[in-house]
Amino acid sequence: MTALNLAAATQITHQPPRLMLAEPMLTMRGISKNFGDVKAVSDVDVTVYPGEVLGIVGESGSGKSTLLRMMNLEETPQAGSYHLALPGREDRDLFTLDRFERRSLRAQHIGIVYQNPHLGLLMGHTNSGNVAERLLIAGKRNFAELREQARQSLDASEFPVERMDATPRELSGGMQQRVQLAKAIALEPAVLLLDEPTTGLDVSVQALVLDTLKRLQRDRAITMVLVSHDLGVIRTMADRVMVMRRGKVVEQGLADQIFQDPQHAYTQQLVHAKL
Amino acid sequence: MKLQELTRPWAAFNYGFLDESAKREIRRRILKAIAVPGYQVPYASREVPMARGWGTGGLQVSLTLLKPTAVVKVIDQGADDSVNACSIRKFFGRVGGVIETQDTQEATIIQSRHRIPEEKLRGDQVLVLQVPDPEPLRTVQSDMSVAREMHGDADYGQLWLILYEQLVKSGRIMQYTEYPSLVNGRHVISPSPIPRWDVLKLNEADHLTILSAGREKRIYAVPPHTRVEPLVFDDVPYRVEDHQDKTCYRTNVTGFFMNELPQDDGSAKFELSDSHFGVKHMRKAEGEPVEIGDTWYKNGKMNR
Amino acid sequence: MNIEVSIPTTPAPVLRVEGLTKQFKMHHLKRTLFAFDNIDFELREGEFILLKGENGAGKSTLLRTLYRSYLPRGGHAYYHTREGVIDLASAADVDIAVLRRREIGFVTQFLNARPRVAAEEVVAEPLRLAGTYHAEALVEARRWLGAFGVKKQLWAAYPSTFSGGEQQKVNLARALILPQRLLLLDEPTASLDRDARNALVERLTQLKASGVAMIGVFHHPEDVTGLIDQEIALKAVKIEDQ
Repeated sequence: MTALNLAAATQITHQPPRLMLAEPMLTMRGISKNFGDVKAVSDVDVTVYPGEVLGIVGESGSGKSTLLRMMNLEETPQAGSYHLALPGREDRDLFTLDRFERRSLRAQHIGIVYQNPHLGLLMGHTNSGNVAERLLIAGKRNFAELREQARQSLDASEFPVERMDATPRELSGGMQQRVQLAKAIALEPAVLLLDEPTTGLDVSVQALVLDTLKRLQRDRAITMVLVSHDLGVIRTMADRVMVMRRGKVVEQGLADQIFQDPQHAYTQQLVHAKL
Repeated sequence: MKLQELTRPWAAFNYGFLDESAKREIRRRILKAIAVPGYQVPYASREVPMARGWGTGGLQVSLTLLKPTAVVKVIDQGADDSVNACSIRKFFGRVGGVIETQDTQEATIIQSRHRIPEEKLRGDQVLVLQVPDPEPLRTVQSDMSVAREMHGDADYGQLWLILYEQLVKSGRIMQYTEYPSLVNGRHVISPSPIPRWDVLKLNEADHLTILSAGREKRIYAVPPHTRVEPLVFDDVPYRVEDHQDKTCYRTNVTGFFMNELPQDDGSAKFELSDSHFGVKHMRKAEGEPVEIGDTWYKNGKMNR
Repeated sequence: MNIEVSIPTTPAPVLRVEGLTKQFKMHHLKRTLFAFDNIDFELREGEFILLKGENGAGKSTLLRTLYRSYLPRGGHAYYHTREGVIDLASAADVDIAVLRRREIGFVTQFLNARPRVAAEEVVAEPLRLAGTYHAEALVEARRWLGAFGVKKQLWAAYPSTFSGGEQQKVNLARALILPQRLLLLDEPTASLDRDARNALVERLTQLKASGVAMIGVFHHPEDVTGLIDQEIALKAVKIEDQ
């Protein structure tokens, strides 16, 4: 062994410094979820730091949407724990919350945008009302404030506020997603979950919605988890990427590394098929 | 032993019309409804000699409560003298041998449709309200099993949303009757089609209110001294009907809920909606020794 | 940055690369592409290393491996941070992300333009993220756009509509506005006009003087002759079947 290598060896022996000092905003450990005999998610760990955008990519059936639904506390896994860095709740495994606590936690701290706007919006109610409902569930009871907060939130989602009292039914797909987004960010959630938010939109509209998301991310440093089968969307948005296949994480890394130097055969296939 | 010794003598019907097992079931449901204020308790809802929708829910509860010393008053939209009110009251007299009255003060059981009397009810009185639709969430959720889950979750955001949108569209809340109200800080009820004027009378009242829907087979209750809060925004106060300065043309009484009587010239006259309350005022004006009870509203204002 | 007036000492080390190796395993082709093998060098504050070698020798690959856009196959890249020494070859993704935000810059000729963000905002962003007030950051951004020869009327326009050359200038201004500790320069001068090249070299000289360590690949190495402290020659490695 040369002197140089010896020096290297001594350096490795002590723990390298941690540069990311913030605690993770979202931590999932050992998540497994079966539907009958089907293993939807097997032993998955997820860590998302404050202000980070984690992209989860995979084909349909890879378990990515199931994972997102568990983050939204819509599903409970057979095994695993889930923590969000919320003041006073850091130590609580959110899967142990009862139905009532889950609801209030979701209303207060988790925002979600679904691919299908019908899942996220009340189509017969007004756009501003859809945003206000979220605030109402969280216990806000001042009409003037509800209105103002709904207006601000719609504006932040780059929704034309003069249409705030129309209904989502009258809107294009892109605009419906903006209303969902406004609703999701109205309470400044700890984490914003995006489930194929631009899938099904025209490419040009998709770019505009992604741009809005990017802006929001930059201006407010919202922690996001983005699930998509569309690599272009993930590449545009994500800081880090998790690649899922058949319920397992096959690879994860910095977004540029995943796209420029994919390691796993499946990821290579995915990336090369796209490029 | 003869069969005759084991059976009761033949009668046309059981006391209080309903058979004892039916009454026992309803009593149990009522107890549960009192134990969980505002919670809608399902019940069997028997056949009674009246069509569904004409007060069969209230009728079954009242029949269950009957005893020979009961004094029963029946109100139909404020009036004691409508055909419906008269026949229900007479029915109670026939099947229960009870004392019939029109005077709120005298009654021990008051069955009502669409109104709560103006005179304050006491702790020894029971108010039975007839309910056509017990479900406040029906406007936002057509699937009743989902609505029940929403009650379980206290998921009432969409009820607020309706009020929000009424304010957005009309500048005021357009809910006139069945105003959704939170009972005991937990369950939202529809207080039956009483006007907004009457909803406040349920809050922290001395008397027990039992609400019963015969067709929908639901009983719920507001026990005495229980909070009943109409859903309102902090900055948009609850408003009752503008009747505080209306004067009854027959009794000259001001400050109570009125019936509006349109006139040929386009104007309107007003008369007291609580008919026997009006009768008492007239008799008193003619010099009869009539005792008018304490009222919830004084000078057109809710007295709390 | 602290300026110490003292006897010149050896500048502090920034990076020590030991046996760094990169190869690309292409699963679908059942092939491994060797990029570079067993690279050693050391870099101190204010030093400038020029990477040399023919096309395909792995110059850009080395830069990207140090930036962790590529995952190394072997070896170490010990980087000295104020918290201690961290191996860029094996550090956690989030720590690499912190370093990229804080002190390691990568300059290429390509701009990752986003729609509807003005050129001056694109340039000002690193300063804003580092905590500079918006107005102040904009002033600085405009100064650098001017220095790289971007026409004033373009400052408030969206770079996604610019020509390649103009985009590159915006990109350079953005990449160099915030002094980093380590700058990785991947042919930043390619296809730049003479004035912009001069502005770039001037800025690099300034940065070097202020202690920024740099590793660069240059299309016109003669532009930066005066800056070079070390040269590392890379050789192309053959592609082998598995």
